Amino acid sequence: MSAALLPLFVAVPLMTAALLVIAGDRRTVHAVGLLGTMIAAVGAAVALVFEFRSGGAMAHGVSSWPFGIAIPFVADMFTALMLVVTGLLTIVCSWFAIASGRAANVYFAPLVLVLTAGVNGALLTADLFNLFVFIEVMLLPSYGLFVLAARHKGTLQQVAGARLYVTLNLLTSTVFLIGVGFIYGTAGTVNLAELAGLATTEPTVAISGAVCLFALGIKASVVPVHGWLAAAYPATSPAITALFSGLHTKVAIYGIYRVYAVLFDGDSRWLWIGVTLFCLTMVIGVLGAVGEKTTRSILAFHMISQIGYILLGVALFTLAGLTAGIFYLLHHMIVKASLFLSTGAVEVRYGTGEIGKLSGIAKREPVIAVAFFIAALSLAGLPPFSGFVAKFTLILASVEAGQIAAVVVMLLVSLVTLLSMLKIWSGVFWGNSTSSLFDCDDAPAVSSAPSPLGGVATKQAPAASSNVVAERPRIGMGLAGPAVVTAAITLGLGLGAELLLGLSAVAAEGLLDTTTYVQAVMGS
Amino acid sequence: MTVAMTAGLLVFGAVYLMMKREMLRVILGFILLGHAGNMVLMAAGGASRRDLPYGAPGDLSTVADPLPQAFVLTAIVIAFSITIVMLVLAVTGNEDDDTAATAREVQE
Repeated sequence: MSAALLPLFVAVPLMTAALLVIAGDRRTVHAVGLLGTMIAAVGAAVALVFEFRSGGAMAHGVSSWPFGIAIPFVADMFTALMLVVTGLLTIVCSWFAIASGRAANVYFAPLVLVLTAGVNGALLTADLFNLFVFIEVMLLPSYGLFVLAARHKGTLQQVAGARLYVTLNLLTSTVFLIGVGFIYGTAGTVNLAELAGLATTEPTVAISGAVCLFALGIKASVVPVHGWLAAAYPATSPAITALFSGLHTKVAIYGIYRVYAVLFDGDSRWLWIGVTLFCLTMVIGVLGAVGEKTTRSILAFHMISQIGYILLGVALFTLAGLTAGIFYLLHHMIVKASLFLSTGAVEVRYGTGEIGKLSGIAKREPVIAVAFFIAALSLAGLPPFSGFVAKFTLILASVEAGQIAAVVVMLLVSLVTLLSMLKIWSGVFWGNSTSSLFDCDDAPAVSSAPSPLGGVATKQAPAASSNVVAERPRIGMGLAGPAVVTAAITLGLGLGAELLLGLSAVAAEGLLDTTTYVQAVMGS
Repeated sequence: MTVAMTAGLLVFGAVYLMMKREMLRVILGFILLGHAGNMVLMAAGGASRRDLPYGAPGDLSTVADPLPQAFVLTAIVIAFSITIVMLVLAVTGNEDDDTAATAREVQE
């Protein structure tokens, strides 16, 4: 694969988005355009993974301008793996959105494609200012998707959540922009290749870089700047929560890994800050979930907790640590999406995700229940799922690095995670299905949206004495499919972890020794 | 020094406005913060060099650095578009504020 094709990861989704807007309200054209583009992107990303199977990097300056003027696009194993998994997630979340009727809006497919363009650009760029721009390209369609609803079906909760989400992200982006300005002022460049290792020798550059890392830390929702995520994510529709959980915070995490590896050259003087903050993130995230009442807000708090695990890999900055961190990142994106999609399917069909209002779903929906169960055990870190491999390698790496306190925190947090998953399991899936009674009018609007694959959910609230759950149509395969597929992937990654661990190790080597990355950008 | 002080003053105003409850004031705060960010970017290119950076450049020690200017232009466009999104959100559902109103606001 030629390096000159790298900008297509951004250009093709943008072009398709524009064409789909012109095409107008044609559902089939939109679905084909969206899924076709995404499948092509994943295919190209898999080709990249194959290309980098033994290391290496490739870069291209857009329009072949000389180095220093051109907009650099660069890919190595880490980028390629991220491109594959973000692409896969976009496909399953779009599938879920189409099945749940959320994609009925004419702007859904174009917005998701622009979002994809932003994510791919942020992953591929080797220039801090372009990273800012691509993060904005990623965020602007997200604001639209956040409040997107069928006509007259939007909720005030969505607007309130969107206000918080937009405000927080604009603040963070401005802080990041100011950090980039400081880096340009102190180092005279914003190209990562030219900045390589500069923060270890120049204290002013290190401080400027810290401002950027702080901004990325807010976007990744690291404690103590984590509060926004748990408040904003459950406010939108299930499909969009799953999509954002897989893409947004993870791009910020990717940024933290990349900036710390290249700009700071893995400087060991500051790693203790990371270890402390990320251990706090694990503990506070998991404790926050205890008091929550709906499935999605519990899962959102768990996301914060898991982000601590993922970032611990970069705070160790050893080969084993980075390998475990990257593996954890990829595993987490899939598992979290699976959890959001399985509970989301229940929420879409039964109108609520509140613990205690639902019970006995497992008897009516064995497929969804099994998918949730697999993903929940994987999140908690039980074998034979990918979560076990991720946690086990991370614990081994921490022991090797002498961070025994972090190991203890990880084990305890895993236990609480398991308890929390059991809470959802017993509150929603287990129990006697006849005991559930709730007023349908309180349900989110999406529950009554027509679903092309799963039939139409009934809207009328039944008589108080009758059983609501029994009267609703079951979750069809179209709606259950995304959760099942992602759960199957986590099982596959757990059983065949060797392959992805090997690829993660190659990616980690690229972060430890940035020479090939830097030379590829310099030579572009 | 002037640029640094201006940026600091803008951040001061921005933080003050963002502490307010009303969405509109928060948005005004963001406009100020965006300007502060632009000031920082301008300062990063050196405020003392002001000659035209295009055409046939004269003395390179007096020619302005065009890159931060391009940065600022991009940043202005992005900040502008997000401000519009925020204004729309401020107008949509302005009755949904779930914080408790103060006694004075209730009287009004």
